Amino acid sequence: MLCDNCKERDAIINLTQVEHDSKVTLHLCEQCAQQKGVETGGAVLKSPLGNFLGAVVKGGSPGALVPAAGDGLRCPACGSTLRDFRDSGRLGCDQCYVSFDTHLRDLLRRLHGSSQHVGERYQAPGTGQNGDDADPRSRLLDLKAQLRRAVEGENFELAAELRDRIRVLE
Amino acid sequence: MDLSLLPDGGMRWLDASGPKSTIVLSTRIRLARNVHGVPFSQRAKDSDRTAVLQRVSEAAAATEHLANAVAFHLDHMERSERQLLHERHLVSKELAGLERETRARPGAALLVQDQVGVMVNEEDHLRLHGMWSGFDLEDAYAAVEAVDAELGKLVPFAFHPEFGYLTSCPTNAGTGLRASVLIHLPGLVLTKEINKVLQGLSQVGLTFRGLYGEGSEVVGNFFQLSNQTTLGKTEDELIDHLGKIVRQVVEYEEQARDVLLRTAPEEVEDKTWRAYGLLKHARRLSFEETMNLLSGVRLGVSLKLLPGPGVYTLNKLLIYTQPAHLAAMDGRSTGDRELPTVRAAFVRRLLEAESS
Repeated sequence: MLCDNCKERDAIINLTQVEHDSKVTLHLCEQCAQQKGVETGGAVLKSPLGNFLGAVVKGGSPGALVPAAGDGLRCPACGSTLRDFRDSGRLGCDQCYVSFDTHLRDLLRRLHGSSQHVGERYQAPGTGQNGDDADPRSRLLDLKAQLRRAVEGENFELAAELRDRIRVLE
Repeated sequence: MDLSLLPDGGMRWLDASGPKSTIVLSTRIRLARNVHGVPFSQRAKDSDRTAVLQRVSEAAAATEHLANAVAFHLDHMERSERQLLHERHLVSKELAGLERETRARPGAALLVQDQVGVMVNEEDHLRLHGMWSGFDLEDAYAAVEAVDAELGKLVPFAFHPEFGYLTSCPTNAGTGLRASVLIHLPGLVLTKEINKVLQGLSQVGLTFRGLYGEGSEVVGNFFQLSNQTTLGKTEDELIDHLGKIVRQVVEYEEQARDVLLRTAPEEVEDKTWRAYGLLKHARRLSFEETMNLLSGVRLGVSLKLLPGPGVYTLNKLLIYTQPAHLAAMDGRSTGDRELPTVRAAFVRRLLEAESS
């Protein structure tokens, strides 16, 4: 795909901007992206701006670094908005990272110099390629958590079924 | 609360057995983790929080490293007891509810076994941590990582292929790793080189804090140095980098001490003996004064200007002269006006026991 701006070089960056609650995605080459002020790599921390941003964060909440344009965005999983994050500096749930990914990717680059995790890869129990390779102890804990929720919600039919499955596993 | 259930009160690091322990008091590793699909602590309902605690407790019981963990339920503990755990660096101020609120929130708990522990329902659902004596990043990380690996097989952690481990505050995302060393830098303070060193830290991606971590004041020339960023580098890279810089800071500190000994040997000797004399004979001591005097004595001991006391005793004094510890020992409240008298008596007793 060619760059939307110069229509000459290959586009390597997808720039998604949120304006008035609607998303616009631009496909840009590296040069045009830089002209538009998009940081394209690990150069962030080396620049004086990187230090300045670091100093800002030290004194206040990282939420303040997110532009107000996306304030109306809401995470469907937990209901918190980007505005909530700008105010408190805390995200509502793990899904917020997906719901606000464009803003957070930019923020993470400014905070850490990169948004790409290169550390330990994590495989959550029960999410292996076969889907059923969870540690049986983990499945048991899962069922127990489900049982508690079922009892709290007075869903006794489900609770009885879960109890039986727990017995089998135990 | 029965702290005697914890061998060494959960503070084996005090024994000064680790590398470079006259200058580096302790090494701490912390990993931030959250349970997938449950709102982060700040947004979680009380029922979410208790469910997280139950899930983590059950999982911990099924692991090797936390099977015999002692559990402290902070929401059922008196303020003085919570403060005591905080003074031992076992829980944060936030988890212990010592900041604004007068109680810890439901589900706030600490599980601890040997030198590793998990704070549950802190800013993140799990904060795994371990504290080691001296300058020992590798052992501390290996121990905490082992707990992480075990728990991660039983509790589904929030993880994203691009952003790594997901945390309530994006400053911790990625590895979730904060490695820190508590370091004593009187030489750099006395030679007025300290600001240069601290400014240099921010340029290499490190940060410094006071004795109790984020937001705490620097007292007694004790600084906590740690990594500032957590994303874009591997755990080993972050730890290696901190280690390299800390070794450099230790070297600067040793050079500063050499300069002091060369240019003002009598003043330094006098300063350390005065500090020792005051600690041995004073009748009232504030905590801050105690910390500053302990700093002087520690410097004197490591320069061999003073014959004693041992570093273990100095470390113990650092912890046990804090308000909640003194209050608990003497059956008083932490706001008691006689605490400075109790503190001075305690310091004298410990120093006399050591020199006899």
